[in-house]
Amino acid sequence: MAEKEVKQVTAEELAKSQREISVSEFFVKNKHLLGFDNPRKALLTTIKEGVDNALDATQEARILPEIYVEVSPLPDSDSRFKVIIEDNGPGIVKEQIPKIFAKLLYGSKFHHLRQSRGQQGIGISAAVMYAQLTTGKPTKITAKTSSKKPAHYYELHLDTQKNEPEVVIDREIQWEKDHGVKIELELEAKYQKGQQSIDEYLKQTAIVNPHLHLSYKNPEGELIDFPRVVNQHPKEPKEIKPHPYGVELGILMNMLKDSTARSISGFLQTEFSRISANTAKEICEQAHIDPSARPERIAREEADALYRAMNSVKIMAPSTDCLSPITAEAIESGLKKEVNAEFYTAITRPPAVYRGYPFQVEVGLAYGGSLEQDDFVKLLRFANRVPLQYEQSACAITKSVLQTAWKNYGLNQSKGALPTGPAVVLVHIVSVWVPFTSESKEAIASYPEIIKEIKLALQEAGRKLGAYIRKNIRARDQKERANLFERYIPELASSLSNLSGEKKEIILENLEKKLKKELPLLLGQAQPVQQTTEAKKEPKPQEKKERKKIKEKTLGDYDGSEE
Amino acid sequence: MAAKSKTEAALETLGKDIVQQVKALKNPEITIPIRALSNVEFNKKTKTLQLGDKEGKRTFFNVGHAKKFMQTIEVASISKNLLQEEKHASLRDVFYMAKRTIPGTKINIVDEQVESDAVIEDLELITEFSREQLHVNANKNGSVAGKVVIEDKGDIIDWSKLGSGGWSIPSNVEEISFKKVNAKFVLYMEKAAVWENLHEHKFWDKHECIIMSSQGQTTRGIRRLLQRISTEHNLPIYVLCDFDAYGFYIYSVIKFGSINLAHISEKMAIPSVKYLGITSSDIEKYGLQKHLIKLKEHDLSRLKQMKEYQWFKDNKSWQKEFDAMKRLEAKAEIQALSSRGISFMSNTYLPEKIKKQEFLD
Repeated sequence: MAEKEVKQVTAEELAKSQREISVSEFFVKNKHLLGFDNPRKALLTTIKEGVDNALDATQEARILPEIYVEVSPLPDSDSRFKVIIEDNGPGIVKEQIPKIFAKLLYGSKFHHLRQSRGQQGIGISAAVMYAQLTTGKPTKITAKTSSKKPAHYYELHLDTQKNEPEVVIDREIQWEKDHGVKIELELEAKYQKGQQSIDEYLKQTAIVNPHLHLSYKNPEGELIDFPRVVNQHPKEPKEIKPHPYGVELGILMNMLKDSTARSISGFLQTEFSRISANTAKEICEQAHIDPSARPERIAREEADALYRAMNSVKIMAPSTDCLSPITAEAIESGLKKEVNAEFYTAITRPPAVYRGYPFQVEVGLAYGGSLEQDDFVKLLRFANRVPLQYEQSACAITKSVLQTAWKNYGLNQSKGALPTGPAVVLVHIVSVWVPFTSESKEAIASYPEIIKEIKLALQEAGRKLGAYIRKNIRARDQKERANLFERYIPELASSLSNLSGEKKEIILENLEKKLKKELPLLLGQAQPVQQTTEAKKEPKPQEKKERKKIKEKTLGDYDGSEE
Repeated sequence: MAAKSKTEAALETLGKDIVQQVKALKNPEITIPIRALSNVEFNKKTKTLQLGDKEGKRTFFNVGHAKKFMQTIEVASISKNLLQEEKHASLRDVFYMAKRTIPGTKINIVDEQVESDAVIEDLELITEFSREQLHVNANKNGSVAGKVVIEDKGDIIDWSKLGSGGWSIPSNVEEISFKKVNAKFVLYMEKAAVWENLHEHKFWDKHECIIMSSQGQTTRGIRRLLQRISTEHNLPIYVLCDFDAYGFYIYSVIKFGSINLAHISEKMAIPSVKYLGITSSDIEKYGLQKHLIKLKEHDLSRLKQMKEYQWFKDNKSWQKEFDAMKRLEAKAEIQALSSRGISFMSNTYLPEKIKKQEFLD
């Protein structure tokens, strides 16, 4: 039998081929999780991570950001590019440089619940790793923390097996900047314009960061300037403790293990927001746990009871002052400088909460001007001031836009489609924890609370747009209507003159006199005037019926429609 | 210049009346009886459709009416010019005479011929003169053949000696006079192709009759000619149409008058005409079941409308036809008879039906 010839493999033998997989090895094989699916997206992700980090760093240091981005093709290959991202941030202390840029999952943001652009701390080191994998070249970092200190220049590789930085060059150099960071990478990439291009990313970034001055040299060598229009720093977002409603069981168990609190009651009060001594007591009672028990002694079953009690006891919503929205004014300024339209409006909703996480929605609208008349509106999605350019259809923002009745606000909309009209719709959501649908952070998950807030914001902004459109269309209509009668009068006067024998001038004069008197009334008439089809559309109802009969040749009443 | 005709005077009165209103700084208005089913009544005595007394007002300083008002005056003025110059124009001519773009706009005084046609019908009501009296004619349409001699503008015409085309019926038949009529009945059909078939078989000769047709539409000229033959020579008129709602309506218009032109029913309607075919019993009797056409949505809705008309509502035999069509869910063309052979209609179907007097009234 064939089975006999198959050699049995023992567990020991199997063990020989089993070994630890490093985080970096895992990501080498799963580049798409980080946004490096293809050369085009890799370029975007690299620039995005660099710029987002620069914006976060300058914001933390209360510095108005000056960022320079350069993308240039390398002379020896048409699929390789050099990318430079330079900021005027606080810089990085020497010891941290290799770890920040050449060690995955190293960062300051992951451990805190605070609104920030990056969340996982994978970004920039993934770009370094991608560059190294595709070109073999090290990434060059220059960082300087003060005018009094020298700049540090590093060339770094990432050891993908150990997930540790490998320093190729480390030296002090002269740099004209007082402080800041400059990153230089060479990577395989593809430069392409369009909705998902780096150009679009930078433009959208400039819209939602009107306090940013950005210069961009594109691969064609053109220098594009995105000026600063707001000279105020955005409000500094505050760090908050997790709210009991937003914690998962596994995390709760880890927190219990790591806690330094001496009692469960103390643990609940210090590690979470919105838990008072009374609330803690209530939770413990419901979970049948002694409030004075030591946190690290809580068994799995008890933790489960605690978890359920935390979710069933009524607890105040988390404080929302931790959020830093762009503000309606700043969104309007941002739109005004980058979008050529005739009407702008923006809305910032009051903060709300999903699963214990505070969040806030903002909407901006631009209408008219040189925007495309007959196309779908341009939808710009943002999360914590970062443009979302992929996975539009999977995103809660898109769903909310589709569910909004834009016809009420003067735009056209087919069922289940984006509205059409000369408009840009901007939706921004800020949160201490934005729920993305995947690691590449391109689409927001559809929590009902989030969809509800986005829709409310869209409606509020939509009403303003609708009022504007109605007012303007009405004004245009009225003008056309008045014009219409002015044009009709000479025609009527001449045929009436021929018919009656009266002088044309006399008829004309009287009709014009009457028009002046009638005009206010005529302008008030509700029927919209459509010039070319007017005669067909507007006769009395009876005439309409009759006309239909004539038009429809097969309808039988033939004697009316002889040729 | 020739002396003003009554028609011209009526048009001028219309103009002067409006000028009066304009001078008084009123919103000029024209009163027109409403031409729609809602204002049409079936007169049971005369058995014709008649216009009710509902009126509509058309005013100039009204966004919805302004253009129509302007069109009405424009066409009235065109008609007045025609009368003055003693010329006639076709409906198409009138459309082109009125069609021009208002300077400085993209607006045409009329965009489609239906607009000027409708205004002419309005003018008939306003002035109480017919379209022909307003010097507007329709295109000639339809053919006739038979042992009949007429005189038209001094020409003597023998309807039996006009070759394969027959005599084509002009839009205005008021001026012709009958010299000799040698026929027992008139057979009118809605299809020119059927007429050609019968003419080829010399049906009118064999059966001593007049055959007449138009292509689809029964024009005013044809209706008036039929009425004159019917009243002046007392000949029965039989109508041959498709077995479908539109065919039935052609018959209905000839017999009772039309909704659209209810105001001239007395000059057009012929209450004595009979419907010869195609009927639901024909389909059964002559085995046309395999040659039916399935009804479409619009056929059904038209059928439903017809069923509700006052002049059909109490007519049991017609209600039977409507119900039969609905049941069959199908219609039949006259030409379905050709499935029994090209001469079947002229040699068998028609003689049999006429002999047995199988008509619907």
